[in-house]
Amino acid sequence: MNADVRPIKTPAEQGLAQAYAAARDTLPGKGAVAALRDDAFREFDLRGLPHRRVEEWKYTDLRALMRDAVPLAGVPDAAAIARARDAGAAFKGVDGRRLVFVDGTFVAELSDLSPEAGLTIGSMADALARGDALVTAHVGKTFPTPDVAVALNTALMGDGAVIHVAAGTALQRPIHLVFAGGSDKPSAAFMRSLVVVEKGAKAIIIESHEGGVTQVNAALELVAGDDTAVDHFKLTQGRALHIASLMVSIGARATFNTFACTGDASLVRNQSFIRFAGEGSHGGIRGVSLLRGKEHVDNTLQIEHAVPHCDSREQFKAVLDDESRSVFQGKIVVKPHAQKTDSKMMTRALLLSDDAEAYNKPELEIFADDVVCGHGATAGALDPGLKFYLMSRGISDKESEALLIQAFIGETVEEIAHEGIREAVMNQAIAWLGRRA
Amino acid sequence: MLLEVKNLHVEVEGKKILNGLTLTVEKGQVAAIMGPNGSGKSTLAYVLAGKDNYNVTEGEILLNGESILEMAPDERAAKGVFLAFQYPVEVPGVATMTFLRTALNAQRKTRGEPEFSTPDFIKRVRETSARLGVSQEHLRRAVNVGFSGGEKKRNEILQMAILEPVLAVLDETDSGLDIDALKIVAEGVNRLRAPDRSMIVITHYQRLLEFIVPDVVHVLAKGRVVKSGGKELALELEASGYAQFTDEAA
Repeated sequence: MNADVRPIKTPAEQGLAQAYAAARDTLPGKGAVAALRDDAFREFDLRGLPHRRVEEWKYTDLRALMRDAVPLAGVPDAAAIARARDAGAAFKGVDGRRLVFVDGTFVAELSDLSPEAGLTIGSMADALARGDALVTAHVGKTFPTPDVAVALNTALMGDGAVIHVAAGTALQRPIHLVFAGGSDKPSAAFMRSLVVVEKGAKAIIIESHEGGVTQVNAALELVAGDDTAVDHFKLTQGRALHIASLMVSIGARATFNTFACTGDASLVRNQSFIRFAGEGSHGGIRGVSLLRGKEHVDNTLQIEHAVPHCDSREQFKAVLDDESRSVFQGKIVVKPHAQKTDSKMMTRALLLSDDAEAYNKPELEIFADDVVCGHGATAGALDPGLKFYLMSRGISDKESEALLIQAFIGETVEEIAHEGIREAVMNQAIAWLGRRA
Repeated sequence: MLLEVKNLHVEVEGKKILNGLTLTVEKGQVAAIMGPNGSGKSTLAYVLAGKDNYNVTEGEILLNGESILEMAPDERAAKGVFLAFQYPVEVPGVATMTFLRTALNAQRKTRGEPEFSTPDFIKRVRETSARLGVSQEHLRRAVNVGFSGGEKKRNEILQMAILEPVLAVLDETDSGLDIDALKIVAEGVNRLRAPDRSMIVITHYQRLLEFIVPDVVHVLAKGRVVKSGGKELALELEASGYAQFTDEAA
């Protein structure tokens, strides 16, 4: 049962309400967009920030974690843009098209806007302001959810990317959305992006989030049409309170993969809402989290098999040191007519410290009778027998652990098909291991 | 003298396993350790390699006159101690080739020697693995994952050949091997016999010693050496069994 009785508003809730009241008339978009914002804000106002008695947020109590609302980030000045210039370096080995957002605002001068056949790119703020048809058709409709973090994003969405890949187009390069922080003052950014990949097209979308902004609420809606192949990656680093929502609708005979890599990030909630809306499609939903100190990383999935003959593989790994905390919640819903669904979910946590905590919660809701669905969850320390074996061959204590940790996450990282991205993710892990005391 | 074990007392989880064990192994010597189940053979192997939770309450282990008791397993390995495991563990996600190179270079680094160049290393591994019948496919795979019992034991000997220890401890290397596999493993071990390399061959049965002929045989019972002799002692034991020693030691 979700308890929604909310008599008193917290300072953060009051701050967000004030921010909305102050910004309402200047936020991009009139008419239908403004109405969408108002509806979303009412949803937030009614229910408040999600807290531990809301089942989906039980282990990431946003009401307790978000003490105050900070002012909305302004348009970045020259100094902020300069600070953000080298952001996204983790993927420098990937020949991607960079689209750069500083404090949530699109920065054309740092972005690669060279033309490519079949590809249209633009800024969400512009698209909202002019009532762009693509945006009106899709925003808020890819995977409607009552989630309050999504509602807050919809109410306050500022800028982001709008990407359209025309039918039959295979993009030449991955698109790299670089979300950088440039401000040196506490600020909040509400980014909203939309990616529409039309029938038979192929695209790789990378998101990297890092730096400056104190509070991030990012949402990405992705519509993968029939016969498409779409790979999505998200790398999250930095000291922000970071909430990201991924909403995906997958057409028929499509292949969709998403991979979330989180490391050296203070407080992250990645929530993915993914719907199989066409038959015969394949989905790979994976992630690796590396945590230390008092970091908190939450990966929450809602995978909906709405049609028959789709398969999905979910695999999430967390490596936890010190007093860190990881959360995995994976809900797979198989709708009544979604026969022949084949779904396997696995989550594993590797605890390097006695004080680290891993919360793993797989959930299956199956309403069809001819399906194959399985899930597994493990949490444990490094195997001392394995470590002794490596050390007995002359490999140091630290290096033995690093090899075993690399192997642990390697199993998931190996599933990334794109070599440059796979290496970028593995290099992040190796760098993280190198910083272990 | 390469190895001197003096009056060694060892407890595992509060239970006394080694009880005043004294043993010396000369440089270049192959010493067989035989004994009944539970006599402390594997404990001796693990204590030499430096496994955790093997609590030395009394005694000393000297390698080339230097105490190794306070050394971590990797430091001992760099000093030339190698344990061929009775049950080699599977290491998912770590390719055999990566493992071998990491281990060799880690040891060389500890000893202040330069790292092996990649072509030299690969050549060396190829030659050795071919002799031991370890396929290129196995070298690419994760360490011991999906290997048969015989393949795991051959992989141990491959590691020994690459790492070139001064003291190799072979813990029941014959267990789980059929006669053909045993011959391959024994051949691999015999090829590594050298004037500057000593071996401790731990076995329950005499059979292995037909293929790896020891210079000396020690009988272990109730945590200490109760009899030592030449290679013929192994044959005597085969005929008479271990009962006489367990009674003697009682």
